[in-house]
Formats: sequence, structure tokens, C-alpha cells
Amino acid sequence: MRSCLVVDDSKVIRKVARHILETLNFSVEEAEDGREALDRCDASMPDVILLDWNMPVMSGMEFLRALRGSERSEQPKVVFCTTENDIAHIRAAIAAGADEYVMKPFDRETLQSKLQIVGVA
Amino acid sequence: MDISQSSQRILSSLLEARTGQQITFSRRWRIDSALTSIMREREFDSIDQLVARLVSGRDPALTEAVIEALLNNETYFFRDKLPFDLLFGGPIRRLELARSRERRLAIWCAGCSTGQEVYSLAMNFLDEKTRWQGWKIEIVGSDLSRRAIERARGGVYSQFEVQRGLPVMQMIRYFEEVGGREWKVAPALRQAVRFEQASISDPPPRPGRFDIVLCRNVLLYFTTEMRRLAFTRLAQAIAPDGSLMLGAGETVIGQTDRFVSDPENRGLYIPVSAGGAQAVRVA
Repeated sequence: MRSCLVVDDSKVIRKVARHILETLNFSVEEAEDGREALDRCDASMPDVILLDWNMPVMSGMEFLRALRGSERSEQPKVVFCTTENDIAHIRAAIAAGADEYVMKPFDRETLQSKLQIVGVA
Repeated sequence: MDISQSSQRILSSLLEARTGQQITFSRRWRIDSALTSIMREREFDSIDQLVARLVSGRDPALTEAVIEALLNNETYFFRDKLPFDLLFGGPIRRLELARSRERRLAIWCAGCSTGQEVYSLAMNFLDEKTRWQGWKIEIVGSDLSRRAIERARGGVYSQFEVQRGLPVMQMIRYFEEVGGREWKVAPALRQAVRFEQASISDPPPRPGRFDIVLCRNVLLYFTTEMRRLAFTRLAQAIAPDGSLMLGAGETVIGQTDRFVSDPENRGLYIPVSAGGAQAVRVA
């Protein structure tokens, strides 16, 4: 079973994403911001991270830079999942090391196709 | 909304007569949702009322709108993903060698709906520009639906459509943001493809002979008779060493003797020559 860490300050989004991911046979962990997500990664690195952009404490972009710039030998796939839907944000995310990008709102098919593209589904 | 049995029968017969497509029992629930916007626009109180107007034969525009609405246009970029890997890993590599002298390839997406499959193929070729330098690659999409072909030609997709199946790198390379929530195919990609409104039962589009034909998730909606005719048309359109790709739930087995399964590529079919012998494949 693959593992996914859902990082989003919205409880509703986390719940929706969890539901979809569990139907896709993922084990799911949740974090409310980038700082909590880093702690989760230190404890156990997931196969893939579904990452919001705007969050309190530590944003998705700050988290991604910290993750990719760290000495960690395991590097998970990172799929941004955000309402920042313009080309400038998308390019910035890719440059920072994101593997894929989901523009909210999303549905099961979109998420599944993006997870297939990064090779975890 | 309730639909009487007789209205269901009339709508099914209309679609079948005009397109060869059937509304199977499992898809009957779609009638209601498919006709909702027409009902609202034309201010019909019930589907039976709409059907009565259709039957009167005095409203050809309504007939066309109903047929368009009942056609299934479900598609997305790189649908099912694996067929594209299979195509570019096997047959296209083989044809690249077989056509190395004339350096031409023609691909037909029969029943291309709103164009995503056609653009997906074209993106894969454009991604390997150096490899295909000097080649003439014709990628043609055809569909019965006028509305679907207009959308395919326009190449504008909603945010929802553009990210379904499409890797983000290809999205930023081949699409331009328009008006905040829509994405338009970039000129280089648009110029790499062509679209025509046509039924599979019509003669194939130019150039008439294709190295690869994709007809995915189309034939399953057809009547047996229409399916047989479609296979005949597809067989006429495909090169003797060409390949046919159908949808995941579709097969030629028991449907036609014009194609057989490709033993080297599961899910692909190769034409049987007029004399009954299978085209010889040289790897």
C-alpha cells in the first residue's frame, strides 16, 4: 500500500483528499501546515505529498524548499494542490521541485491521473 | 424527471437512425441530464413534451441539438495513459524504421470527441522534435459531433479539462492561459493536428490511408450492424502494416474478420489482407 501525506490547512480539503486517496488504496496521513508536514516526514517519509500553497506557520513553497534542500536520502513525489492557478505559480512550483500540480477544485479522476503521472498509482 | 417508455424508445431510435449509436439500458439515466439544458432553453415542461415536438418533424434545429446532447463526448488527455506508452513503445518505433525512407506517418483518431486524444499524440511527437525532424506527421481527428469538432478546433479547455490526465510540464509547454480559468492550445500544437466532422461510416479523412488508427471507446456504443460497417471502413483506411487501437473494453474478436489481435502488443489489432493472410511484420 502506498502512503500519502495530505498537507492543507482546510479540514474539508483534507477530508475530501483522504476519502479519494483511500479509495485509491493509499494509507493517508494529514498535516495542517508545512512545519507539521516536515515533522511527519522526519517520522516517516511518505511516497507522495499532496501540498497546499497558502498555509499558516509554513507555506507549501517554504516546505518544499526545505524538503528538497535537506540531506534526506528519501525524496517523495510532491504534487501541489492549490487555488494558485496561474502560470507564474505553476512555473515557480516546478522550479522548486514539485513533480505535479493540481489546480483546485479537483475530483477523483484528476487526482488519480496526476498520481499515475508521478508513478505512485 | 420522469420519461415515459415511449419517449425513451423514440429518443433511442432517433439517435440510432442518425448516428448508429445506441442508448443501452444502463445509459438511459443519462437522457435526463443530457437534455436538461435544452429543456431549459426551449422552455419544455417535460421530456415527453420535447419528444412530441421532435416527432412533429417541424424543428430540425431541435433534432440536431438533441442528437448532439445525447452523444457521449467523454474524453481526456492521455486517457488511460498505458495505451499511449504502448503505442509509442511498439508500433510507432516499428513504423519509424519501416517508413524511414519516405519519412511520413499518418494517424487517425476516429471518434476524437473534443480533441484531447489528438493533441495528446501530437504533444508526444513534439516532445521529440529532433527525432522526428524532417518527418511529415499527419494527425487527424474526426467526430460525428459538430459541437465536439468545433471545440477541438478551438483548442480551448477549462481548468478542469486541461489538468485531467495532462502532465503539468506538457501543460505549461503547450498551453496558454486565457481569461483566468481556461487554457488554449499553443499555435505549434494547434498546427500539428487537423479535425474533420465525419462519421466513421463516411470515407476516411485525408490522406485516406493511415499507419495508425485509434478508435477508442467509440464502437461500444454502436449497433452490431454499424460496428460491422465501422470495422470495414477502418480496415479500408489502415495501411497493411498499420495498427488499430481500440478502447480497453473493446475487441475485434467475434466482431469482424478484418482485424486480428497483434500478438506483440496487447490491445492493438492488425489488419488482415484481402486474401486473408496477415500482414508480415518485420521487427
